Amino acid sequence: MTALLVALGAVVGAPARFLVARALPGVTATLAVNVAGSALLGALGGASTGTAALVGVGFCGAFTTYSAFAVEAVEARSWRYVVATVVLCVGAAAISRSVAG
Amino acid sequence: MRRAGGSADPDAEPGIWRPLVLVALGGVVGSLARYGLGSALPGIWTTFGINVAGSFLLGALVVRWPPGHWSRPLLGSGVLGGFTTMSGLAVQAVDASPTTGTVYLAATLLAGVAAAALGTRT
Repeated sequence: MTALLVALGAVVGAPARFLVARALPGVTATLAVNVAGSALLGALGGASTGTAALVGVGFCGAFTTYSAFAVEAVEARSWRYVVATVVLCVGAAAISRSVAG
Repeated sequence: MRRAGGSADPDAEPGIWRPLVLVALGGVVGSLARYGLGSALPGIWTTFGINVAGSFLLGALVVRWPPGHWSRPLLGSGVLGGFTTMSGLAVQAVDASPTTGTVYLAATLLAGVAAAALGTRT
């Protein structure tokens, strides 16, 4: 049952990331999905097991991506991009964590 | 419509549905693999392994097949995009103790970017 919820979240999250990548230029797209997904996952602190599987593991996990970020960082040879991603994603997760309680 | 990378987009709208369905299918497979591994071996270092392995594989994939190839949406954006996770990394780092969180972030960044670079050299 939990695996089904993960799959349902992922079947929405991965294509949503793909659409953002077509709409925004370059690394901006990956940065945007990663920051937004980190904020959403941080807000799920007290969520039920089902919501955590559907929205957390499934949607947020598939919406955000580490592999594309790492390859982009290599292609762009940009540590600025790496630092910006980490600061913004961890910052977004920490803020939404504290706001959501 | 423009895609990352700046090169002329080879799939300039010959149907967005095909890549979208491939990304969705791959995303489900990759996410279930991440969920399965996380259930079998709970903890942040499982996510570390997933992110590093996924970065290596994506690096190896992008140097083999051009952006218009079917493997990009299915295996790249789909399977590896769904397998690896930035939100999980960020929230785990926030929830860990300051020392563990910092070590975890630094290790993931260094190993992940190094793995992606290594992948592109395969």
